[in-house]
Amino acid sequence: MMTRRERLQQRSQFLQQLRAFFYARDCLEVDTPLLSQGATPDVHLRSLSSWVQVPGYAEKRRYYWQTSPEYPMKRLLCEGSGDIFYLGKVFRDGDLSPRHQIEFTLLEWYRLDFSLTQLITEVVELINHILPQTRTVEYLSYAQAFAQFCGITDIFTASAAQCRVALEQSGAPEVVGVAPEDKVLWEQLLLTEVIEPQLGNGVITVLSDFPARDAALAKIHPENPLLAQRFEVFVDAMELANGYDELADAVLYRQRFNESLQQRAAQQLAGVPLDEHLLQTLADYPLPACSGVALGADRLLMLALGAQRIDEVICFGVEQA
Amino acid sequence: MATVSTNEFKNGLKFLMDGQPCSIVENTIVQPGKGQAFNRVKYRNLMTGRVLEKTFKSGEKVDAADVHETGLQYLYNDGEFWHFMDEVTFDQYQASAAAIGDMAKWLVEQDHCVVTLFNGDPISVTPPKQVVLEIVETDPGLKGDTADSTGKPATLSTGAVVKVPLFVQQGEKVIVNTEKGEYVSRAK
Repeated sequence: MMTRRERLQQRSQFLQQLRAFFYARDCLEVDTPLLSQGATPDVHLRSLSSWVQVPGYAEKRRYYWQTSPEYPMKRLLCEGSGDIFYLGKVFRDGDLSPRHQIEFTLLEWYRLDFSLTQLITEVVELINHILPQTRTVEYLSYAQAFAQFCGITDIFTASAAQCRVALEQSGAPEVVGVAPEDKVLWEQLLLTEVIEPQLGNGVITVLSDFPARDAALAKIHPENPLLAQRFEVFVDAMELANGYDELADAVLYRQRFNESLQQRAAQQLAGVPLDEHLLQTLADYPLPACSGVALGADRLLMLALGAQRIDEVICFGVEQA
Repeated sequence: MATVSTNEFKNGLKFLMDGQPCSIVENTIVQPGKGQAFNRVKYRNLMTGRVLEKTFKSGEKVDAADVHETGLQYLYNDGEFWHFMDEVTFDQYQASAAAIGDMAKWLVEQDHCVVTLFNGDPISVTPPKQVVLEIVETDPGLKGDTADSTGKPATLSTGAVVKVPLFVQQGEKVIVNTEKGEYVSRAK
């Protein structure tokens, strides 16, 4: 059992190792603003906000704490920053569990002219750089995962009933509050309750080819409009990283943001101001071809130290802060 | 009826599931980032004691359960019900065999118990951690045996059977730990 002091030392050394990894590869460290006038419209993320007294304005102005440094980093890329990484805090309201903290440390980086495959290789190198034992990589497409773990040969055409039956047969606990015909949610439950707990068992699992509806800001596959150019990385059943071949088209950015705002309205969630600075920059100076990925730094440290709870690897959890 | 949203779920929260009172044992939020959040909930059905699991879509509501624990004095058993009394208000409560379960063997008249009430009726009873009971039947021990022998079974006045040291005799009073069902010592 490690003492608290030893854990703090491990964390300090870990942050140093992460930075050294990127400095050695000529990636520039950027520490983007934590507060922004725009927020992510993503339906599944809840931003924290603060009212700020900005001199020159009679009324306090609302600023949102970043849920990820994605938008300001993309502005920097448009302006010609070259390869960049961010290692620092982000905030997501309502996320608290043994693997989540409201405020947590994210490592996010962007590589110019990197294909998704090249970026995945780098993510794996980084993980193996940190973990005490080198692991092999297992590649699995989203559809393959459903075939292998749920017996559903084509999840893209499967029905809600098929998903429900597969979930029941897996022995997962009964689900409350999901309409029988809501295929997207039954599919999601298969992923989180049945598939994810089996991913990355002793290896590094790269899950790719997510459905286009989960594209967020990833490009759609050039040959298959059902697929997003997105991947996630799992180690010991823990989701560790999430990367995209980055969408570049400013018009598509606004379109996806507006779709998210409509979904928010449909779910009676409060709207948020869009990041107009980002949209303007993307329109003025197109995003260079790049791939980017965000990695949960605290989770990687948990894996490296064999910790069971995220609050074992940080100074103070939200309830102690 | 008051409702509770999954946002308010935490350990110990009492709610109704299929009309029965339950208490949350463990609540984990699953926040996949690209999909909707769910609460994985382990809960104990307070009527049956069974621990069950369900996954709730976040934002779902459940009915709150009027469940609370109170200290009551055990009075007597009339053959069908076990009677308890609030020593401050003198209100009396009767508990059924289902509510008492296998705790009957530890109920000693005048003892203070913790009783869980659901809609004002007892649904479970926790006896004191230690009770004093008389041995009504046990084999006579052999002379010269010491306390570190494995012991012998003894039937107590409530019907409970515990292992006691060989030197303890029929008619004596003993202190018993009700959580473990174990002999502690002779009572003075």
